[in-house]
Amino acid sequence: MEQRVLVLLPHPDDEAFGLSATLAEHVRNGDPVTYACLTLGEMGRNMGVPPFANRVTLPEIRKAELEESCRAIGIRDLRMLGYHDKTIEFEDQDKLDADIDALLQELRPTTVYTFYPGYSVHPDHDATGAAVVRTIGRLPRNERPVVLCLAFANNLEQGIGQPDVVRDVSANLKQKLASIQAHRSQFQVAEWVSGDVPLEKAMQERFGTERFWTYRFD
Amino acid sequence: MQPIDPSVIQNRIDNLRDRDLYIHLEMTTGAYAAHRDSSKHPAATFISNALIRFSHGSVSGGGPFRVGLKMPHGWVYSEGLTHYEETDSERLIMAGHDREGKLVVALQLSPQPF
Repeated sequence: MEQRVLVLLPHPDDEAFGLSATLAEHVRNGDPVTYACLTLGEMGRNMGVPPFANRVTLPEIRKAELEESCRAIGIRDLRMLGYHDKTIEFEDQDKLDADIDALLQELRPTTVYTFYPGYSVHPDHDATGAAVVRTIGRLPRNERPVVLCLAFANNLEQGIGQPDVVRDVSANLKQKLASIQAHRSQFQVAEWVSGDVPLEKAMQERFGTERFWTYRFD
Repeated sequence: MQPIDPSVIQNRIDNLRDRDLYIHLEMTTGAYAAHRDSSKHPAATFISNALIRFSHGSVSGGGPFRVGLKMPHGWVYSEGLTHYEETDSERLIMAGHDREGKLVVALQLSPQPF
C-alpha cells in the first residue's frame, strides 16, 4: 500500500544521518515524500574546512546544500518554512501549529517523521517534535498518521526505551552518503575514514541502520 | 573569509564611525557541547540587527584579535576574532573560528540590516 510521507525537521542536514536512506527507500517504493524544513540552519557553527561560508552567506549556502541532498535522496517536494534557526522554541505556537496543520490537511500523510520531543538534544529538534505531536494529537484518532521519531539524547533509554522500528538500510547507503556529502559546509566525510578502512565499510558500520521510536499518543 | 589583518580592520572600523549601524554580535559553544562532553557548559548568545552608533573603535591584540567600540552610553566588546570577509566592502564581517574551523564568536556591522 502506498504511504504518503511527510518529514518535519528544523535544520538542513537533520535528514542526512538519521533517515536519508529510509526516505530513499520510500522514494524507490513510489511513496510521495514531502520534506518540510523549518529553518535554513543559519546559526550553524560549521562554515566548511577551511571556512568558505560566513554568518551572512551561510543561509544561502545551506539552502543549496539542502536542495542537493534532496536530489540525492530523490525527494521532489521540499518546503522551506522560513523560520529562524535556534528560535523554534520561542516561536508563536499558534503560527507554528497552523503551518504544520496546513501541511497535514494538504498532504494527508500516512507517516510523519520528526524528532522525539524531549530526547533530541537540540532545542529546535525538541520544539519541532513537540509542535508536530501537539498538532497531530488534535486530529481525530482515526485520522492521525503514524509518527516515527528520531532521538539521540544520552538518557533516551531510561525515558523511551529501545527504538521499535529498526531498519537495515544497506541498500540505500549510496543515497545516504550523497545526502551527507551534499552538506559540505557542515560535514567533512574524509575525516571519518581512518587509514585502511574503505569508505563503504565505514559507512556500513556507522550508518547501515536507521532507528525510530513510534510516538504513542496515549 | 581571510585571516584578520589588523591594519585593514582598523581602517574599516574608522570608516564606520559616527553612523547608524546594524550589529550582529554572537558567541556560542554550539548546541551539542554538553551532549558530547557533560563537563562542558553549553552557552550561546546573539543579538541580531540592533541599531548602534560608535564614536571610536579599535582592533587590538596579536591574534586572535579583540575589538572594542565606544558608544555614547556603553561599549561593544568582542574577543577571539580570527577572520574577516575581504570581499564585503560596505559591511564589516568578522568571526573567530576554533582549531576545527567552527565559529565561536562573530561581530558584524552594516549600514543595512543583515
